[in-house]
Amino acid sequence: MKRSTLFRALLTGVAAAALSSVAWADQTLLNVSYDPTRELYQAFNAEFAAHWKKTTGETVTIKQSHGGSGKQARSVIDGLEADVVTLALAYDIDEIAELSNKLPKDWQKKFAANSAPYTSTIVFLVRKGNPKGIKDWGDLIKPGVEIITPNPKTSGGARWNYLAAWAYALKKNGNDEAKARDFVAKLLKQVPVLDSGARGSTNTFVQRNIGDVLLAWENEALLSINELGPDKFEIVVPSLSILAEPPVAVVEGVAKKRGTEKLAKAYLEYLYSPTGQKLAAKNYYRPRNPEHADAADLARFPKLDLITIDSVFGGWQKAQKTHFSDGGVFDQIYAPGGK
Amino acid sequence: MARTARVLPGFGPALGLTLTWLSLIVLLPLASVFLKASSLSLSEFWSVVSAPRVAASYRLSFGMSFAAAAINAVFGLMLAWCLVRYRFPGKRLVDALVDLPFALPTAVAGISLTALYAKNGWIGQYLDPLGIQVAFKPLGVMVALVFIGLPFVVRTVQPVLEELDIEHEEAAASLGAGRWQTFRRVILPVLLPALLTGFALAFARAVGEYGSVIFIAGNIPMVSEITPLMIITKLEQYDYVGATAVAEVMLLISFASLFIVNGLQAWAARRTGRDR
Repeated sequence: MKRSTLFRALLTGVAAAALSSVAWADQTLLNVSYDPTRELYQAFNAEFAAHWKKTTGETVTIKQSHGGSGKQARSVIDGLEADVVTLALAYDIDEIAELSNKLPKDWQKKFAANSAPYTSTIVFLVRKGNPKGIKDWGDLIKPGVEIITPNPKTSGGARWNYLAAWAYALKKNGNDEAKARDFVAKLLKQVPVLDSGARGSTNTFVQRNIGDVLLAWENEALLSINELGPDKFEIVVPSLSILAEPPVAVVEGVAKKRGTEKLAKAYLEYLYSPTGQKLAAKNYYRPRNPEHADAADLARFPKLDLITIDSVFGGWQKAQKTHFSDGGVFDQIYAPGGK
Repeated sequence: MARTARVLPGFGPALGLTLTWLSLIVLLPLASVFLKASSLSLSEFWSVVSAPRVAASYRLSFGMSFAAAAINAVFGLMLAWCLVRYRFPGKRLVDALVDLPFALPTAVAGISLTALYAKNGWIGQYLDPLGIQVAFKPLGVMVALVFIGLPFVVRTVQPVLEELDIEHEEAAASLGAGRWQTFRRVILPVLLPALLTGFALAFARAVGEYGSVIFIAGNIPMVSEITPLMIITKLEQYDYVGATAVAEVMLLISFASLFIVNGLQAWAARRTGRDR
């Protein structure tokens, strides 16, 4: 009897030691993100790890995973243990919440500013000297202009492009839906290649030398110019565009299980800190609090009229259903005899 | 089947193992596809798989796969003939090159083919003035499928050709057959079963191909979207059931065509009295 109690005590001791050693061991955090944030998070993760070490004394290792936003969301739904997701559009995180219940439905209210610590918008990338004289959306449908944009069915970025064009046409035509549809249909008729993702379209435009104008995220366009040299391309900022809000969220189901809730929350909150905001601006994202960013970085973001998806399209769920689901407006435009 | 004494015993365990292995590796994933799609009612299923965009993608995928497999059958046969019947410097190198499409990651193949055939590419720049566009058109899909399917035909025809003695041809010639007659009456019947197998393999591979085609196809709805892209498109909308429904149709058509080709091949083998 006595021996067995002793044995049990010993066992408890060993177990406790093992547990505490787990608690003391380095924590890891997996950030599942989309393609163009690679450089941003490489820089941010190093800053955050240093900050965490200084404030709590704990060492944290952050792993990052990048890919198409929808594909990344599906991986999380299918069981990839992401502590946090930082994706291209709210719709993808909505679907994680919907299909896996690893997130509360009101996830977008958990962090400030619609849970989007940085924003971007859609701009035009044209060839040096702007030979086709493209200044605004209206110039895109001039005869002979070839437009490069990815397929909205497979690319989140392409959905922003499409909606930005739609929003422009709505405003131009006094909210006439039929005219907006005509405009977008005309625009799509001038697209020779619909790549499956945004990086594919950038390649088609830049490497294959196809098309006169590339519809792109501002951060991608700035990155392309920076990497390929300003002597080949220039950015044209249209009069109106859409405010792209790439949102972030803690995947609570996973974080709870792995005991990383506090860390994950602190990690995302740090994106809103002066350091996070400064890094976002440096990596071509528009910071929510520009006062923290360097003036030189901010100078790259010209002012333009930005509409939001909530005000014009009634949110992602509705926009997705109307425009991009099977049989939606995009399909109707391409249907035989459709326009 | 008569029980004959065999050098290695163990028909029972071997068959059992084979069936278990096949079930685990092939049947289980396929069954899950059918199970997932079965949550649709028949009319829902039909409206998913017969939507105009999806139907257009079947035409492209199966049509181009068939054309690519046919081209491969002709040129693969020529290649195999060359490799078996002639000696030339660098033969081993050529032999090894044939397998390259097996080994190369398909995305790499797709990107390099696109770079070659785009308007500013090495080949594309000469085709463009002639009004021939390959990249981002249905023709590009076929080029990619020809590339990935080539080894299948060569590697199935090659061993049979090696077995075929040159004396057969000499005998035919000495009996007064012309060159064409020799080819058609003596060589082709022997090669036909292997050629059909190669064709079927190249076809099946082409139908399911995604990685290399996606870069060169252009992906314009109704024109240059392949069926695997339709599946990805549905997944991208979190429409798992719709995706499996389209996958099911692909499976059924592929299985039916493979079944027909196998039947043809058995018929050809029987006709020439060669049992493979």
